[in-house]
Amino acid sequence: MSIAVNNISKSYKKLKAVDSITFKVNDGELFGLIGPDGAGKTTIFRILTTLLVANEGSAEVAGYDVVKQLKEIRNSVGYMPGKFSLYQDLTVEENLHFFATIFGTTIEENYDLIKDIYIQIEPFKDRRAGALSGGMKQKLALCCALIHAPKVLFLDEPTTGVDPVSRKEFWIMLKRLQQKGITILVSTPYMDEASLCDRIALIQKGKILKIDTPQNIINNYEKVIYDVQAKNTHGLIHDLKNYPNQYSVYAFGEFVHYIDKNATFNPNDLQTYLKNKNHTDIIIKPATITIEDVFMDL
Amino acid sequence: MTIMKRFIGFVKKEFYHIFRDKRSLFILFGMPIAQILLFGFAITNEINNVDIAILDQSNDIETQKIIYKIKASPYFNVANQIEKESDIESEFKKGKIKAVLIFEPNFSKNLETKKVAVVQAITDATEPNVANTIANYTSAIIQNYQSQKKQSNSNQVKVEVQSRMFYNPELKSVFNFVPGVMTVILMLVSAMMTSISITREKELGTMEILLVSPLKPFQVIIGKVFPYIFLSIINAIVILTLGYFVFKMPINGSIFLLAFESILFIISALSLGILISTVSNSQQTAMMLSLMGLMLPVIILSGFIFPINSMPLPMQVISNIIPAKWFIIIVKAIMLKGVGIQYIWKETLILIGMTVFFITLSIKKYKIRLE
Amino acid sequence: MEREKIISVKNLTKEFGHFTAVKGISFDVYKGEIFGFLGANGAGKTTAMKMLIGISNPTSGEANVAGFDVHSQADMVKKSIGYMSQKFSMYDDLTIKENITFFGGIYGLSRIEIKQKIAQLIEELELQEVANNLVGSLPLGWKQKLSFSVALLHEPKIVFLDEPTGGVDPITRRQFWEMIYTQAYKGTTIFVTTHYMDEAEYCDRVSIMVDGSIEALDTPKNLKEQFKVDSMNDVFLKLARNIE
Repeated sequence: MSIAVNNISKSYKKLKAVDSITFKVNDGELFGLIGPDGAGKTTIFRILTTLLVANEGSAEVAGYDVVKQLKEIRNSVGYMPGKFSLYQDLTVEENLHFFATIFGTTIEENYDLIKDIYIQIEPFKDRRAGALSGGMKQKLALCCALIHAPKVLFLDEPTTGVDPVSRKEFWIMLKRLQQKGITILVSTPYMDEASLCDRIALIQKGKILKIDTPQNIINNYEKVIYDVQAKNTHGLIHDLKNYPNQYSVYAFGEFVHYIDKNATFNPNDLQTYLKNKNHTDIIIKPATITIEDVFMDL
Repeated sequence: MTIMKRFIGFVKKEFYHIFRDKRSLFILFGMPIAQILLFGFAITNEINNVDIAILDQSNDIETQKIIYKIKASPYFNVANQIEKESDIESEFKKGKIKAVLIFEPNFSKNLETKKVAVVQAITDATEPNVANTIANYTSAIIQNYQSQKKQSNSNQVKVEVQSRMFYNPELKSVFNFVPGVMTVILMLVSAMMTSISITREKELGTMEILLVSPLKPFQVIIGKVFPYIFLSIINAIVILTLGYFVFKMPINGSIFLLAFESILFIISALSLGILISTVSNSQQTAMMLSLMGLMLPVIILSGFIFPINSMPLPMQVISNIIPAKWFIIIVKAIMLKGVGIQYIWKETLILIGMTVFFITLSIKKYKIRLE
Repeated sequence: MEREKIISVKNLTKEFGHFTAVKGISFDVYKGEIFGFLGANGAGKTTAMKMLIGISNPTSGEANVAGFDVHSQADMVKKSIGYMSQKFSMYDDLTIKENITFFGGIYGLSRIEIKQKIAQLIEELELQEVANNLVGSLPLGWKQKLSFSVALLHEPKIVFLDEPTGGVDPITRRQFWEMIYTQAYKGTTIFVTTHYMDEAEYCDRVSIMVDGSIEALDTPKNLKEQFKVDSMNDVFLKLARNIE
């Protein structure tokens, strides 16, 4: 077991940031903490990286207790805090070199591990980190977190504010790292990234709502969701919300997701209703369920 | 070996930060020079049209000539002729005049017979710089008169100028400014710069990574403060050099002792800086705390600007806990009196005690976690 | 019917030394439109947006926003637009009421108007219980909804939203978009950047910037047809990939 969290709670003044959370991450697993801003993800990361002490509960990382064996943990984990902490006035190479030195290693020693990522930013190695684009900063931060070949890698919202292309590349990199035997705990507010993890914990307001593989979470969702489309989306949402049997209505990409209260729902009835409301180009079809749908119904 | 490498790596990084922030660097090195020049200029300030009074007890040809010369100079304005010595005090108290020149009785006669005559210049030393300058200018004018007289008369005579200071006879603050400015600068560079650079890492979030690394707290601290020890020493050298060459501030004592005491003070200021960084979460707070909590006491309570023995008692007591006070005493003793450690061991011990206290406290307070 | 152009950009260019961040982009935005302004990090989006809101001068080219030239009439531009970004939304150490009062004051609303606005916003956003709480204590989603409303205080013709929903939970994100729809329906033009590709689908038209140039501009539907893919996400990936 790489990470074992047992009934952890943490409060700041009145606010309960983390509320009796329990989960386990297996060796070599890519585990995702999925939840919006303020869900308590960062607090969990800080407890596991020994930066905070929980009010209740216990946790182990790589077999070490997060409170008592602080030194051992600090030697064996890599951590990339939110907002990619880098020295903006140091160049790419200087940043990497610095982190290598303080971890008592050299860039050459673990170059294999970071090679795939580093070659992408190497052309800019003399540029100050502050002048890099978001995607490149993210890659550099990952290199810095990997430079001492950690057993467990903690990535707190590594893709926030990064464009879809860089995000996609980043997840490919994570998969490769996982193949090298590194256990990865990653958090993200982007629900579409959940499906890229082996297992995920859906988390909101300090509580874990569900833990499972993304596929199981989707398969276990019992309600039927329909994609509805019409020319005037705004009016469509408005009218769907006034449909008597609606359970929930929300925009979802090019469609509106509609869930009915009754299992006996007949799409044709809805079609008629929408036609009467003067909608045109109406499409109603069963939707592919995503983690985001499940999350919104929790 | 690894430890040394880590340390060097850390210090190198810290120097990158310092040298890449051109504006701070300019302030760091420009400020000491500007301050020294500013204070130095204020002290050697020219005087112009200063009101003086004259008590001429002989009223003969020589004194008339001298008084005429003084009146003719642009520096003085003879506002008053007074009649008797007992009036001097009351003239000063009125506050209008800054000096009184007293010619002894039988001035010409003494010059003829004894070959020496005395002019006394009594100055109001509540403004010590002005008082000193007045005394110097008076001497200069009289010397000038004398040398003219010599040319016309081969007879060797001497007019002696005795100057006396009222109220602040030792002219205590004349050489105050070099030790004072040095103290302020060292405090500022050491405490403010370190506390800001540590809190900057907190703001950036890089502190989180440093904490989650195998570095021990004291390694982080030493790595962060070392560059500033270095910069502070350079600053001290710049200030002393300026003081010595531009303002003729003597260094009568041992330079090594001075260096040792300076480093001691720098370290105590650095540990104060670390202490500040442990209680502040933003660079702004750190700056305000250093300015308000350190700079003001250093300027006000250290004896740099206001003499400590003229402060109310409670303030005098408080001044004892200001490291700067002891440092200023030490620096003045070494530079002006030229004394060795045997005369200042007490102050040195106090400074060492404070430094140890601050270092212990700051290492204790430095958190290995985020809260 | 000719639609009314509210933003008109011609050959807008911005150079920083040798580096050209924005390479002569041209496009129009029509009144009441929700215009999605997408692009990878470092593609020049932020630079372009800064020029449009009158806080950065173009190196060359022209841009006309709400009838004013962004270069010579920057002050007028600023008066007729609203702006909200993810990084700076409101003062965390002021309460909700204080924030509204402050921003209302900046835009020259009278005291009575500010009072009315406060009452109206607090009612609309259901903030009655927290009206006197510090903004810093609010969840991000609430903050963003509130700052959107604040950006609308002076009833601007155009609102610029710079990644308004980053990190916001899925439910609040949708509520936010409903606010955008409502506002667009009232005739306000919305100019929005986002990294959520599902949000790109909500826009009337979308432009995608790659490397300082606009590589695609059309309705989401047409873009998907043009690139023969199913989602805006794939459009984006295809475009940005092809360039590399």
